[in-house]
Amino acid sequence: MLLIDCPWCGPRDEVEFSCGGEAHIVRPPEPANLSDAEWGDYVFMRQNRKGVHYERWCHGHGCGRWFNVARDTVSHQVLAVYAMGEAPPEV
Amino acid sequence: MAQPFRTAEGGRIDRSRSLAFTFDGREMRGHPGDTLASALLANGNRLVGRSFKYHRPRGLLAAGGEEPNGLVRLRRGGRAEPNVRATLAELYDGLTAESQNRWPSLNFDLGAVTGLATPLFPAGFYYKTFMWPPAWWPAYEGVIRRMAGLGRAPAAADPDRYDHRHDHCDVLVVGGGPAGLAAAQWAARTGARVILADEGSEFGGSLLSGNESLDGKPAMAWAERILAELAAAGNVHLLPRTTVSGYYDHNYLGMLERVADHLAEPADNQPRQRLWKVRAGQVVLATGALERPLVFADNDRPGVMLASAAQSYVNRYGVRPGDRAVLVGNNDSAYPAALDLAAAGVRVAALVDLRPEAHLDWLARLDEQGIEVMAGRAVTGVEGRDGVRGVRIAKLSDDGKGIVGGVGREVECDLLCMSGGWTPSLHLFSQSGGKLLWDEGLASFRPGEAVQAVRVVGAAAGRFDLTACLAAGAEAGNAAANDSGHRRRGRGPRRPTAEEMPPPLAARPMFLIPGGRGKRFVDFQEDVTAADLQLAVREGYRSVEHVKRYTTAGMGTDQGRTTNVNALGVVAQELDVSVPEVGHTTFRPPFSPVTFGALAGRQVGELLDPLRRTPMHGWHQANGAVFEPVGQWLRPYYYPAPGEDMQAAVNREVKAARHSLAVMDATTLGKIDIQGPDAAEFLNRVYTNGWKALKVGSCRYGLMLGEEGMVMDDGVTARLGEGHFHMTTTTGNAASVLAWLENWSQTEWPELRVYCNSCTEHWAVVSISGPNARKLMAELCDDVDLSPEAFPFMTWRQGTVAGLPARIFRVSFTGELSYEINVPAGCGLNLWQTVLAAGEKYGITPFGTEAMHVLRAEVGFIIVGQETDGTVTPLDLGMDWIVSRKKDFLGKRSLSRSDTARDDRPQLVGLLTEDPNLRVPEGAQLIPGSDPRPPVASQGHVTSSYESPNLGRTFAMGLLQGGGERHGEVVHVAFDGRAAPATVTAPRFFDPEGSRARG
Repeated sequence: MLLIDCPWCGPRDEVEFSCGGEAHIVRPPEPANLSDAEWGDYVFMRQNRKGVHYERWCHGHGCGRWFNVARDTVSHQVLAVYAMGEAPPEV
Repeated sequence: MAQPFRTAEGGRIDRSRSLAFTFDGREMRGHPGDTLASALLANGNRLVGRSFKYHRPRGLLAAGGEEPNGLVRLRRGGRAEPNVRATLAELYDGLTAESQNRWPSLNFDLGAVTGLATPLFPAGFYYKTFMWPPAWWPAYEGVIRRMAGLGRAPAAADPDRYDHRHDHCDVLVVGGGPAGLAAAQWAARTGARVILADEGSEFGGSLLSGNESLDGKPAMAWAERILAELAAAGNVHLLPRTTVSGYYDHNYLGMLERVADHLAEPADNQPRQRLWKVRAGQVVLATGALERPLVFADNDRPGVMLASAAQSYVNRYGVRPGDRAVLVGNNDSAYPAALDLAAAGVRVAALVDLRPEAHLDWLARLDEQGIEVMAGRAVTGVEGRDGVRGVRIAKLSDDGKGIVGGVGREVECDLLCMSGGWTPSLHLFSQSGGKLLWDEGLASFRPGEAVQAVRVVGAAAGRFDLTACLAAGAEAGNAAANDSGHRRRGRGPRRPTAEEMPPPLAARPMFLIPGGRGKRFVDFQEDVTAADLQLAVREGYRSVEHVKRYTTAGMGTDQGRTTNVNALGVVAQELDVSVPEVGHTTFRPPFSPVTFGALAGRQVGELLDPLRRTPMHGWHQANGAVFEPVGQWLRPYYYPAPGEDMQAAVNREVKAARHSLAVMDATTLGKIDIQGPDAAEFLNRVYTNGWKALKVGSCRYGLMLGEEGMVMDDGVTARLGEGHFHMTTTTGNAASVLAWLENWSQTEWPELRVYCNSCTEHWAVVSISGPNARKLMAELCDDVDLSPEAFPFMTWRQGTVAGLPARIFRVSFTGELSYEINVPAGCGLNLWQTVLAAGEKYGITPFGTEAMHVLRAEVGFIIVGQETDGTVTPLDLGMDWIVSRKKDFLGKRSLSRSDTARDDRPQLVGLLTEDPNLRVPEGAQLIPGSDPRPPVASQGHVTSSYESPNLGRTFAMGLLQGGGERHGEVVHVAFDGRAAPATVTAPRFFDPEGSRARG
């Protein structure tokens, strides 16, 4: 079980969090102007990276805040924790 | 009462006390300090079980947790536990145990005939047998399940409690042998918080079974001194009888503490077992090494055991595992074992050394005892079926692949001790992600690079020299504490020195001993022979993972502790490659079986899941409500009057709502308080309809979609103020809707000033419904103008109801004139009782969820999760009227995707069966023709189906392909092998104009 460093509460067990999947997927500002393929890409298509993965986590059983995590999907190491809206850090 | 195989003296047992126990009904005695295994041996009981596949008689192979054969069913009734390793079961007075996998008895087992039919049970037997014909599969299964398999699960409920404990420490030391004790001592001296866990009942590890000395004194004296120091230190938690069973990410480890398994019954307030979940800063693995069996013909006969196990039985338990022993080894370990056996009064007939030359220093010592040493030879066969009677010893060829000089000679004995080298116990290290490296000298894997904060010391690291193990343990304990931020002040503890042992002579790795005709077992528990592995390779299996699954080698409850390396060796030999080229299988938790009781802990029965009850729950209970779980809530399902069945009660409740007055406890509805200047804009984005124009004091029904366009939730939301809304959700979705709102407000629209809070539990809700609802309201509330003009449908008012401050919502889920009265939760029961008393003159009738479902379906309201299943859009439900064309909202773009916009999608329809008394089952398929026999294509399914006293017939709703355009058509509802004709209608059956709710 991962140990995740919540930016507000400090390190807590994974069971207190929920994972919101891949980070940095921006909702298209004008969905009506997109083709089916473009919209489908936004709604359904996600990376399945081996290695560094940027993903969103929510401390639901704690402060309730969302934040971003850079995690190595092989070693499960949490490489960085950073705020929503921040650019992904180099890790 | 005699224990014929008990030594005259010695061992760590308390000979002053005697304990009674039974095995398969036979009464025997042992001593405190015995395990069931040692006590059985002391009584001369060598047969402990039958093997898994061939039902071969089996005895004890080991003395510790790696035991593959000695699995017994311990205790009786609800406390019975199958598959307990006799070597870990501590003896207590009155212990009862039974052997497993035998019928009718251990000594006479019918299943053993499968041993005679051996050619029928090759590797992959299951796969080959279970092929054809499929109709026979159930028959195969019945036979196989009875024949093969381990113990039976108890039928009665377990009366004991099991506990969970979560803990943190700076340094977790796994294994309390010499290296682990040194590590714990050095770590503890720094002030770090230390946990020391060991599987055994006593700390000491290998020292308990050996007779080494440290600084000239018995090594256990040193161990006891360290233990006293650790016990006295305030920063150390000593956990005997605790197996670390899983090593997970980020140094999170699971451990099973057998708190009271050594007692007949747990003491008051004591759990039987406790599951520990530990987050450790640093881990030191001092998990030791296990001796490997040698793979020769009939190496599974009772009386064949590991040399280290025999040593353990004589030294620790004061038990002679036989009268006359032969030892065979490919390394030095058999020599000291021979001396220990001789010292305990066992006649040692011979020591067979696979190596071409004997170890000269040890040879000299054995010579003094008159023990014959035969080098360059191997044991090639065992005489005796139910117990060893003798062994055949033959000369090995130079390359070890054959026998030279004839079949060899037979030596009489009743005990054969074998040592095939040592396997470091690296299950936990491998689970932690650490890499394993092949060590040619060790002929086994040793720890390579670590991935987590873990160190491996002692025999687990491939070190067998006691002085070096102690030094490595000390070093690792100190370094681990330092890395967790703790430093020792002053000098460290003195490092003890062990007596000098003869320098080791290189082992002769040999995974398969040639000669002999009997089965050569590699996995004793799973009954896998060398021939099975060779067959798997010949049949084309190359990956060791595939060979493992095909033959089941290493897949028993012992996790192949004594198997894995030998299996790799045999496979490598057959493939003619080196062992590291074959690689090793993946180690996965648990290292050792964990009981379901421990995994469940206290979360059983009522504590399995939190149960939520409304403030009026006591009343419902007192008035005979039948409850149904809705999410975690318990809601009244219906309130049967004396003599009523469910349908009668529901009909009465439904009629009351339509004809006079009914009341429902609607407290469980999810409620979210939404505030902020941008609250209206926020709702406008998450709901399909428009919210900006909603007036303060008004309510609106809303649908929420996922981005894929499917209906997620619905509910009524009221505008309390300019920037203040009260949202309601379905009972089961309250938490997920709040999470959904938070997700969007925090991550996508942080610029919106909006704040969401759950207030489900803050309010109790009493919903009155029926033509007399206004009259009742008028009696209870005098500060709100209740006239339809002043307080119309879909508005809310703040007022006083029955003297309580209330928010009154004029909304309706029944299609009748309704008021949902919200009062602070603590006032809920008060309001409920007042409403019932005041409503008596109208025959006010409490109604449950089933009547609510009927009422809402009559007027065609959907229930999210019943009419929808995550694949249904608002357009499929015919709810285009609530989908805004002007604005964007979550999921909107998906509604025009090619698949979502298809006009032949399943769409919501009403269904009226030809037979008005036939109530079709929910979930039944809709088919076009009247023949239900497969193959027939489904065109949809029934989502809701009820009997309606108001309609005087049954009715149903369903999702039907292109159903929106098929009203009037007849389709068939397929169930129970029949097809009932039903007319497709609009999904609204009562009061089509909706005038009653608006009245």
